[in-house]
Amino acid sequence: MKYESVIGLEVHVELKTKTKIFCGCSTEFGAEPNTHVCPICLGLPGVLPVLNKEVLHFAIKAGLALHCDILPFSKFDRKNYYYPDLPKNFQTSQFDLPICKGGYVDIEVNGEARRIHLTRIHMEEDAGKLVHSGATIDTSDSTCVDYNRTGVPLLEIVGEPELRSGEEARAYLEKLRAVLQYLGVSDCRLEEGSMRCDANISVRPVGSTTLGTKTEIKNINSFSGVQKGIEYEAVRQAQILDEGGTIQQATRGWEEAKGITVLQRIKEGDSDYRYFPEPDLIPIEVAPAYIEEVRGELPEMPDARRKRFMEELGLPEYDANLLTLEKQTADYFEAVVRDGADAKTASNWMLGEFAKKLNEEGLRADQAPVQPDRLAELLGLIAKGTISGKIAKTVLPEMWSSGKTAAAVVKEKGLVQITDTGALEEIVKKIIAANPQSVADYRAGKKKAIGFLVGQIMKETKGRANPGAVNELLTKNLQ
Amino acid sequence: MKISAEEIKKIALLSRLEIKEDQIDSTGKQLNDILSYMDLISQVDITDVQPTAHAVSMRNVMRDDVPRPSLPNDKALQNAPEPENGYFKVPKVIQD
Repeated sequence: MKYESVIGLEVHVELKTKTKIFCGCSTEFGAEPNTHVCPICLGLPGVLPVLNKEVLHFAIKAGLALHCDILPFSKFDRKNYYYPDLPKNFQTSQFDLPICKGGYVDIEVNGEARRIHLTRIHMEEDAGKLVHSGATIDTSDSTCVDYNRTGVPLLEIVGEPELRSGEEARAYLEKLRAVLQYLGVSDCRLEEGSMRCDANISVRPVGSTTLGTKTEIKNINSFSGVQKGIEYEAVRQAQILDEGGTIQQATRGWEEAKGITVLQRIKEGDSDYRYFPEPDLIPIEVAPAYIEEVRGELPEMPDARRKRFMEELGLPEYDANLLTLEKQTADYFEAVVRDGADAKTASNWMLGEFAKKLNEEGLRADQAPVQPDRLAELLGLIAKGTISGKIAKTVLPEMWSSGKTAAAVVKEKGLVQITDTGALEEIVKKIIAANPQSVADYRAGKKKAIGFLVGQIMKETKGRANPGAVNELLTKNLQ
Repeated sequence: MKISAEEIKKIALLSRLEIKEDQIDSTGKQLNDILSYMDLISQVDITDVQPTAHAVSMRNVMRDDVPRPSLPNDKALQNAPEPENGYFKVPKVIQD
């Protein structure tokens, strides 16, 4: 039978505030265990949590950018459950009056545009980190808890189950990341846990309108993992149904290395969280004037920037898409263009050699040792004909590792392009004389033979010959 | 009896209270008394009453995003029965 998938994502992002959501402890990552804690985030008796203004600000900003309704009246609630990563035995979250409702994310996959609706966005606190003493959780007889992360502000973004494939889920998540990064409210690093994603997925026969039993995939920490985990789970569920089996409602963990999902625990009905209004926190009223003030702060969003790159800079859609996926990449690209580079050339380099270097070293554009003005200078040398594009590809790694300017590398290594036709013609003549067979082939009509001769000339000049001039001179001298 | 022995056991589990078999009857009676009182309250006409989110009528009590000193590690762990290398050590846990 043919099946279709019904997928909904729950995404948590850590907000980039200086302090925690309800206390003045630092949110900085990587501190010694239990050194960013205080009586409030440790849940000691008698303390009074107070909401961090910036958390509300960021939540409203994200809500506006994602086209949500901002609720004029909102409150916090206690979500009760027992697990040692919560020192209070409840998580302060929002239940029936979240800060944002509705909203949507526009995605495009394989040329098809789709609008994925959001259910809600709410504010809550992060939990602590458990460190298991043994090799695995099963072999540990105790667990160590670090509460530094407890109370770091989170936004939970709940999407409607409108996604239909792993590819769409990935596009949705990438779009969310782009929007939140552009706003500067979160780093959204899946690998580092500042963005986390749980996927709910069920399958049903194509055309059916009833929902199948769903499973929840946890432990996804890469964009490819979102896509592959969902694709794997869709196939697994379809196989079970085809064999006449039934799907068990369960939480499954994504194992990136093996590319499979494994059963974590079976879910029977909804957990009993016994939500109730948080008596220690005062409700929130958001004035329309404040919403407008925050709306005025919204920067250019990824879609608008993509459109501008196409319309004003004349970039193809493909380039504009890739360059705007991460804010840092788009910022870098615009700086290179501002420093005088041609937009399409800059884009080719950003998506080619530059991206290659970043990937090799696991860096973001803003972390590259070569600054935008330096890259613009390199591209300028190509434009002026000082060096060829091919030579420039050897100059970039040199700039990258030595920190030198393009001009300095070119000068030091003697890479200046030979454009002096007199000098070039001599080399051309020499190569023609040395390769009678290729010359004969060429004259006999094998036009491809010219490629070999060009190669020889490039070898002779260590790639410094101007390719246009070489072609011209060769054609002339071969006649 | 409005509340069953099963429900009492569930509530006891959720609130991590130990209720012995011979206490179920008396606990049930007490809980039922409370529930009956709630029934009395629910007779009040609340047609024009807004739901209460909080007992005090204040709004928007917030603080600026300015760091304040945290506790030193030894103070944070002062009441921990089994601190280890700066961590709180707890018995092995698997989420249920």
